[in-house]
Amino acid sequence: MAAEKICVVVVSGTRERLQMAAMVASVAAVSGIEVTIFLSMNAVPYFIKGASTDAPSEGSFGDLVVKKKAPDFKTLFRQAVELGDAKILPCSMALDIAGIETDTLEPYLGEPTGLASFLDAARDAQVWTF
Amino acid sequence: MAEKKIIDGRGSFCPGPLMELISVLKMSQIGDELEVLSNDKGSAKDIPEWVRKVGHEYVSTREEAGVWHITVRKAK
Repeated sequence: MAAEKICVVVVSGTRERLQMAAMVASVAAVSGIEVTIFLSMNAVPYFIKGASTDAPSEGSFGDLVVKKKAPDFKTLFRQAVELGDAKILPCSMALDIAGIETDTLEPYLGEPTGLASFLDAARDAQVWTF
Repeated sequence: MAEKKIIDGRGSFCPGPLMELISVLKMSQIGDELEVLSNDKGSAKDIPEWVRKVGHEYVSTREEAGVWHITVRKAK
């Protein structure tokens, strides 16, 4: 039987969506599931080295996540890579549009990836979009 | 010789205690027992599920004064 695979597409820059994406990705990655995370649009700037994780909340729950000190989304994404061998791939188009250089990104991110390659990775995988 | 380790996940929320457990499991030997302390009810339910799914040995869960003690043995 082929390995279970999921792709997590993260385009939002709001706290609740980043948090939920990171939770799904990290727990899946440490549960024997092959995880590919594709970062694009408003999610990308948080992954510049040293960037703040102070994402705006969509509603009151986002504020509660901070107040109650739930693990922050960047820690969970990093753990998905370090503990579960997930791949986090920044969207090459988003980097080009925002003028972000690859060497300014967090070291646990993979190579900039275009949609053709991502769609290939997403074949036969569940796709979760945040 | 198998060791017993305590992982203090109190004050964290799902999946924080689980991720802390996995970090320690990676550095442990087969047969080691790991006891996770958590005051997050969701983790008390989720950690045993994860342990069964990935093939480690779930030993026990008990609650004391609002703190769950979830014990797991590294099996592989």
